[in-house]
Amino acid sequence: MSGDRITKALLFISSLTILLLGAGIVLSLFGGAIPAFREFGLKFIVSPAWNPTTGSEEYGALSFIAGTVITSILALIICIPMAFSTSLFIAEYYNGTRTSSILRSLVDLLAGIPSIVYGFWGFYALRPLLVATGLSDQGFGVFTASLVLAIMIVPYATSLSAEIISMVPAELKEAAYSLGATRREVIFSVVIPSARSGIIASFILALGRALGETMAVTMLIGNANVIPKGLFAPGNTMASVIANQFGEASGLKLSALIAVGLLLFLITAIVNALGKLIIKRFA
Amino acid sequence: MNNTPQSENVLEIRDLFIAYEPGRYAVKDVSAHVRRNSITAIMGPSGCGKSTLLRAMNRMHELYPNIETKGDILLDGQSIFSMSVIELRRKVGMVFQRPNPFPNMTIYENVVAGFSLNDIRLKKSQRDDIVENALRNVALWDEVKESLYRKGTFLSGGQQQRLCVARAIAFNPEVLLLDEPTSALDPIATSKIEDLLGELKKKYTLVLVTHNMSQAARISDDSMFMYLGELVESGHTNTLFTTPKDPRTEAYLTGKFG
Ligand SMILES: Nc1ncnc2c1ncn2[C@@H]1O[C@H](COP(=O)(O)OP(=O)(O)O)[C@@H](O)[C@H]1O
Ligand SMILES: [Mg+2]
Repeated sequence: MSGDRITKALLFISSLTILLLGAGIVLSLFGGAIPAFREFGLKFIVSPAWNPTTGSEEYGALSFIAGTVITSILALIICIPMAFSTSLFIAEYYNGTRTSSILRSLVDLLAGIPSIVYGFWGFYALRPLLVATGLSDQGFGVFTASLVLAIMIVPYATSLSAEIISMVPAELKEAAYSLGATRREVIFSVVIPSARSGIIASFILALGRALGETMAVTMLIGNANVIPKGLFAPGNTMASVIANQFGEASGLKLSALIAVGLLLFLITAIVNALGKLIIKRFA
Repeated sequence: MNNTPQSENVLEIRDLFIAYEPGRYAVKDVSAHVRRNSITAIMGPSGCGKSTLLRAMNRMHELYPNIETKGDILLDGQSIFSMSVIELRRKVGMVFQRPNPFPNMTIYENVVAGFSLNDIRLKKSQRDDIVENALRNVALWDEVKESLYRKGTFLSGGQQQRLCVARAIAFNPEVLLLDEPTSALDPIATSKIEDLLGELKKKYTLVLVTHNMSQAARISDDSMFMYLGELVESGHTNTLFTTPKDPRTEAYLTGKFG
């Protein structure tokens, strides 16, 4: 009996600690961002300026918001066909076979590779390829970053969608088969429509991942503090500008970086909440 | 429907064996026939192979990739294993244990789902006719004619099950297979379905799996009693219920098992 109470108390304390930690992070982000917002107001969000020269200091987050949104959306567009077809293959076409379970473990393995390794691979394997095509001088830029980002989120989106697809009730598929539908007709008229909202949600969650991804993007995007001028032009994302500059930042610049972090936090929180909401309604 | 002279038996099951895993037979050496425009009840304790036998009649059992089938089933004298499954399933429709209308489709779309799934294009007027006819045949038309374009999942369980019957008969099949179609329904909905089956046998041949003996006694013309994968006894329902030949049938009918 008393052992039970001790366990309960311990669990309560750890949950409370997590709650306090979360609240603390949000509070310190807000606190740290106040000077920047006091100085630039809401203009901070819509201005692309990033000028740390003492005397004419001016900071705005738009370049990084643009970099983040463009790379993430592009990554998502590249990811969708790959993840969608792989999840159908795993969860429907080859469901229950050896091939499917091998592929499933492979996808999980890919999902577990640290982002720095993807970054390395992008830097030494992918970037030279892009240089060879002549599309880009040094191979850095939005496209390279998006491509690696896409490869990073494919396993995540795949395993979520596969989960959703395998939740489509067998009795619906049987109903369709009993009406003389072929495999293809069952998949396109029953499985995909029934799983649609869940599949969409898994891509939204994958987008959430892409938005916050830092290391690999920082290594490949070219780190130019401007709105990217094209697909192969360099830029910077919200996460990578923080990673690049926090070390030597102080004063107003530090506050501006924290404000960028706060915005990133808000954007990913909203995207993730949206995805989770749709998943919940689906299940 | 058919130009060839129609024999009394729609389905002939010959020495049928079915195993989900090699050597483990769920259906063992079953031979039987199903008479035209009758209701044949398949009874037996849970796990005795009723659903497996029923699903073999339109080859739904082949959805399990490792299944092994020996023997034959003839539909109007032709082996169902030599037909295309798609043809077969249009002639032999199926209704399941739990009502399963397509949740993403309206009532109207559910009824014609068999056509749209198979990419069969119909004129709007043809579709309207099929929908109205099928829904009238399952006594659902008056209840849903105002809400044809609402989702089928808003209906009550019994209405959903009748919608599923309508979906299955929209093709005008010869045979309708029903796997415990009332086991998820309340008594009132159940008796409506039972009345409906009595009507439907005028047009179709029905095979009904049921765990409910009194249901079999009430509505079926012929009965089969299965036990551990074997067909223990079959024949006219009256005879089988009043003078069972096999002691296992008698034990089942008197409630000794399952
Ligand atoms: N998908 C399956 N895989 C393996 N064995 C199965 C499967 N479905 C049914 N069986 C087995 O086959 C036997 C008959 O099952 P079933 O036809 O569903 O019986 P009933 O409908 O009479 O309850 C049971 O022993 C059951 O365990
Ligand atoms: Mg069964």
